[in-house]
Amino acid sequence: MSTEDKIKYTEDTLDLDGKQEYTITVYAENRIGLLNRIAIIFSKRKINIESLNSSASEIDGIHRFNIVIHEGYEVVRKLARQIEKQIEVLKVYFNTNDEIIWQELALYKVSTDEIAEKVTVERLLRQYGASAVVIRKDYTVFAVTGHREETDALVKALEPYELIEFVRSARVAIIKDSAGFHEKLKEFEAIEPGEELVENEFLEKGGKIFTM
Amino acid sequence: MEAAQDTVQQTGAQAETSKKLFKGTGSQVLLNGLIEEGVTTIFGYPGGAIMPIYDALYDYADKLEHILVRHEQGGIHAAQGFARASGKVGVCFATSGPGATNLVTGLADAQIDSTPLVCITGQVFAHLLGTDAFQETDVINITTPVTKWNYQVTDANEIQEVLAKAFYIAKSGRPGPVLIDITKNAQIQIEEFPEYVKCNHIRSYRPKPKIRVEYIEQAAQLINAAKKPFVLFGQGVILGKAEEEFKAFIDKSGIPSAWTIMGEGAIPTSHPLNVGMLGMHGNYGPNVLTNEADVIIAIGMRFDDRVTGRLDKYAKQAKIVHLDIDPAEIDKNVKADVGVWGDCKETLPLLTNLVNENKHNEWLAVFRDYNQQEIDQVINKELYPEGDEITMGEVLRNLNDICGGEAVIVTDVGQHQMVACRYAKFNNTRSNITSGGLGTMGFGLPAAIGAKYGAPDKTVIAIIGDGGFQMTPQELGTIMQYGAEVKILILNNRFLGMVRQWQQLFNDKRYSFVNITSPDFVALAKAYYIEAQMVKEREKLRTALETMINHKGSYLLEVMVGRENNVFPMVPQGMSVSEIRLK
Repeated sequence: MSTEDKIKYTEDTLDLDGKQEYTITVYAENRIGLLNRIAIIFSKRKINIESLNSSASEIDGIHRFNIVIHEGYEVVRKLARQIEKQIEVLKVYFNTNDEIIWQELALYKVSTDEIAEKVTVERLLRQYGASAVVIRKDYTVFAVTGHREETDALVKALEPYELIEFVRSARVAIIKDSAGFHEKLKEFEAIEPGEELVENEFLEKGGKIFTM
Repeated sequence: MEAAQDTVQQTGAQAETSKKLFKGTGSQVLLNGLIEEGVTTIFGYPGGAIMPIYDALYDYADKLEHILVRHEQGGIHAAQGFARASGKVGVCFATSGPGATNLVTGLADAQIDSTPLVCITGQVFAHLLGTDAFQETDVINITTPVTKWNYQVTDANEIQEVLAKAFYIAKSGRPGPVLIDITKNAQIQIEEFPEYVKCNHIRSYRPKPKIRVEYIEQAAQLINAAKKPFVLFGQGVILGKAEEEFKAFIDKSGIPSAWTIMGEGAIPTSHPLNVGMLGMHGNYGPNVLTNEADVIIAIGMRFDDRVTGRLDKYAKQAKIVHLDIDPAEIDKNVKADVGVWGDCKETLPLLTNLVNENKHNEWLAVFRDYNQQEIDQVINKELYPEGDEITMGEVLRNLNDICGGEAVIVTDVGQHQMVACRYAKFNNTRSNITSGGLGTMGFGLPAAIGAKYGAPDKTVIAIIGDGGFQMTPQELGTIMQYGAEVKILILNNRFLGMVRQWQQLFNDKRYSFVNITSPDFVALAKAYYIEAQMVKEREKLRTALETMINHKGSYLLEVMVGRENNVFPMVPQGMSVSEIRLK
């Protein structure tokens, strides 16, 4: 869904002034300094970035940022346009939580003795969908992938058992309604004469993979 | 299969060698690139980290004219003045560290006023980056928020492509400043370079979109149904080189049109549909009637707060049609009912085709009524004052008589700027050069130098206040050295006039640090071998102005004007445009 389509889609269904979580997806060239250029757009308006992930995208050489902020629709829309305006940014989407599939990864380091004595590892694994990444004599590292509430729940559960270290990754999100960027990229590249399209194995079966 | 590939490769290799290769330094290939881009004039200041480029420049004196300014801020403002007067990309050079940081004000000014610039800064050797080397600053990060694009070159092989991109980005779409930072090693690196290829496409950058005709149709419908349509135009018309298209549009539709100070001059002052200036010190009718129009057509303007006043009481009754090349401007400040995203050089003719021929005589008469009230209550007093003191307005009236609207007028920032924009007559586009968005005091003098290089056949007048002049007076040295024929008109009220006016109106006349003293400007000019005089009597004003304009060469005229004159009308901050004050 493009930012423009989104206007029509959202206006009837959402409280425009109400703040909520938005996930911004940015397709951009992989260039030094671009992250700063994007971050400045938020800090200029004194808006806090809740989570930021920078990674590869479905297309070789194109970077994908996921940025989570808590703001109103109008503000997010303006931010999206300001980001999209940057020279090395190809496209910006913004979505509410019901429009995306998202995950965060959390790691928990706990004392193996503590955990073995007071709580069964098995129970933790089952109840929180955790997996044991490392089990050593002195400590064990669990991993949980899921939504914020899920990773938070295990923090709570482990609190009584000496949680030595905790870390959570940024959010990564897939837009439910997106067909990926392959077709869009062709449009972007079309004007340039002689430039070969980036070949991608998903081009032929895009529909199959991205329809949800 | 393999054989076929070989052939392809061979042909490719032949094609490569048949292209002319140039063996030389990164600095040379940079200067060659500038020539390829049509650059003739560079404003700059040398220093350690940019010395290889200056060394190469020594051999290019016949192709590239380099103007040695007296401060890098002066250099970039001159490049801005050049760009604004000529419609070309302004180019300036500065060294690393303080040279580069001195560009920041000019970059911010060019960014907010959409002025196409390519700035080249030297940088320390690549292996020293991040070591706090002598004259090292992180210029890329410092300038990121005030450039349309910037890039650090650490390898000479990047120079051509980056330079081509820089020019393309600076001048296409919504123009803006671009900065290229080149480390010293890249400047001296010797390579074989291919032929320079101009850039015409960057996949992640769309300077302008394909026009969506349905939006043009919707806009035309609104305009054709309107009883009181009102056009607000900005610099977009000038930047898009769409003055003719704009004139055709208003001539056919008969819609009264008002300008932002950045748009002034896109149509002549005398055009019958030109109803004047918008905003805080704009004309009475355009401000009041913004809140009475039924359809507002905003063209290449961005609803700056100085134009809109209080936003929640701005044009609430009107349907808004907004034409802009920058989609981020549409709905940014004022929500558009129809946003027409595109280059107005393309959108305006489409719109003109669809709008009905019309003459909004009754509606225009309302503008004329307001104008008459303003003439009676404000303008006559300013242009034909009865008191002893000279007013800024009467200086402008005399200047209009002498120049007939043909001069390029460059202003600084403050009261004189508002008076100049209000009263100066312009026959031609690109004649009004002022720091609109950033309001940079000190802009006027260096920008006028650049404007003279950008429009050498025009009379260029720099109108500057006594405060602003003292921010960049060092550029008198540049004028002296190159004989740049700039007419400098200082309107001296012995105050920081605009701040004083606010303190009078809103701070109970608590004149806090606005009482500024000045040197003997005439003696200062003469110290730079520039002819000068000062007048304080009305009888001598006209002759003094004529002497300045007719003088062969640069000239400084200081006019002593009333100390506590105010610029009216005025929309006080936080008030609605319809609450504009005439006194």
